[in-house]
Amino acid sequence: MSCKRKETAVIVSQECLLPGIFSMWLEAGEVAKEAVPGQFISMYANDRSKLLPRPISLCEIDKEKGFLRVVYRVTGKGTGTEQFSKMKAGDAMEIMGPLGNGFPLEAGKGKRALLIGGGIGVPPMLELAKQLDADKLLVMGYRDEQFLTKEFGQNGGLYLATEDGSAGTRGNVLDAIREHKLTADVIYACGPSPMLRAIKQYSEEKHIVCYVSMEERMACGVGACLACVCGSKEIDGHSNVHNKRVCKDGPVFLSTEVEI
Amino acid sequence: MDTRVTIAGVELKNPVMTASGTFGSGQEYGEFVDLNRLGAVVTKGVANVPWAGNPTPRIAETYGGMMNAIGLQNPGIDVFCKRDVPYLKQFDTKIIVNVCGHAPEEYLEVVERLSDEPIDMMEINISCPNVNAGFLAFGQDAGNVEKLTAQIKKVARQPVIMKLTPNVTDITEIAKAAEAGGADALSLINTLTGMKIDVERQSFAVANKTGGVSGPAIRPVAVRMVYQVANAVKVPVIGMGGIGTAADALEFILAGATAVAVGTANFYNPRATIEVAEGIEDYMRRHKVEKLTELVGIVKERGQ
Repeated sequence: MSCKRKETAVIVSQECLLPGIFSMWLEAGEVAKEAVPGQFISMYANDRSKLLPRPISLCEIDKEKGFLRVVYRVTGKGTGTEQFSKMKAGDAMEIMGPLGNGFPLEAGKGKRALLIGGGIGVPPMLELAKQLDADKLLVMGYRDEQFLTKEFGQNGGLYLATEDGSAGTRGNVLDAIREHKLTADVIYACGPSPMLRAIKQYSEEKHIVCYVSMEERMACGVGACLACVCGSKEIDGHSNVHNKRVCKDGPVFLSTEVEI
Repeated sequence: MDTRVTIAGVELKNPVMTASGTFGSGQEYGEFVDLNRLGAVVTKGVANVPWAGNPTPRIAETYGGMMNAIGLQNPGIDVFCKRDVPYLKQFDTKIIVNVCGHAPEEYLEVVERLSDEPIDMMEINISCPNVNAGFLAFGQDAGNVEKLTAQIKKVARQPVIMKLTPNVTDITEIAKAAEAGGADALSLINTLTGMKIDVERQSFAVANKTGGVSGPAIRPVAVRMVYQVANAVKVPVIGMGGIGTAADALEFILAGATAVAVGTANFYNPRATIEVAEGIEDYMRRHKVEKLTELVGIVKERGQ
């Protein structure tokens, strides 16, 4: 019965990290209390012409203060994310969450773990890096300018990859892994589909357990509308077809259970 | 105050239902709202066998609305009867099962399969514009609608609601055909077929190219059609299309709907159904309305 609900969060601070990349801290006690790394929240624009929530992954969770941090990209002019970027400390925002399953922390406990983030898939790896009790190697890939590198540096050995070669390995995250001959017992990854596809292939060749956090356009965010499905290797227990719900069954999946 | 309404002999505690496809079979939204408070839960469409649905992206936001092309993904009638019907039976609400199919035989198989299930009504989806196998023409052709309705009525043990598509020239013709075929009630409107183009990528916004537009942006079209149909048939009409508040719902009721369904609003306000139900009670108090049924179809011309 009634246990989940939308919550009115209050913006604590907002900062532009790079052109088009913003960091926002929200006061959202109830959601923060429950949240785990790899989960996301639905953020609602105040403009009612934009009905649907924007699913944004959690970058940091401060349970003591009841704060959540999201680092998000403005996707264009007139978009919901652009509206979020113009909001100021003290402003109220409707959110719903925490949603999705999150990264399994037990799977990496005491092991050597490779945490891989690419582009706007970088932020959710930060709270994972903070909470995961493992020998952590962090590999973050960017097109050019980097963000959150200072925070990552405090939570494990950090390796960078940039497409333009401005920092770390020139190329993608797998190029960085190969250059530094990084090995691991378990991989956690979040990033664009081509990156996840390559990491899935890499981990399966090397027989490394690999968890990927998927992205898909969402409507309800709670598993009812079946908009955000991804292909599954086996017939899924809920859908009874080769489909899983990214918002409810994911966004984190074992690489071997999904088609990317 | 009496909020009860009766459709084909089935009494609902209030006129608020969920719109098919927006509420699953209730499990997900059951975490946000007390399903006992709803007049009925209308399930997502179910077919004789599992359907995988369309490729992604399946949805896009539109101004004041959204467009979907889910493609009627569903687990098939066997899993539905085993899992979803027992779940819904735990609640004191009516169960309306939405039925979809590619062909009359497929609909009839599901309808027959439901005959022994403890459900209250079924709603037949002849209007989903997303599957290419000829349904579009089905719900748009009065002759086909009458024939299918009659075939279903012959095997159905529960009352049959036909759900109409708005993508026709004259919806009253289709409504009359469904009534002539023996429909016990009509629900409308399903989504309006639309198209959205992503100009940066120069591609269609959803993989299916076209999708069904829903949400507040389409409400005036839906209210107009409910008004037309309610004045053209004798069977009860269930109104839907962009309902998010009690005032929205009351537009449909005043236009002639006996009951209403909340759809897309669930996505931006998971408690929308309950808020609509409570808001209708408030309205009845303010307007000193004893029975909700007194409001059905009483809209009048300005100045009267």
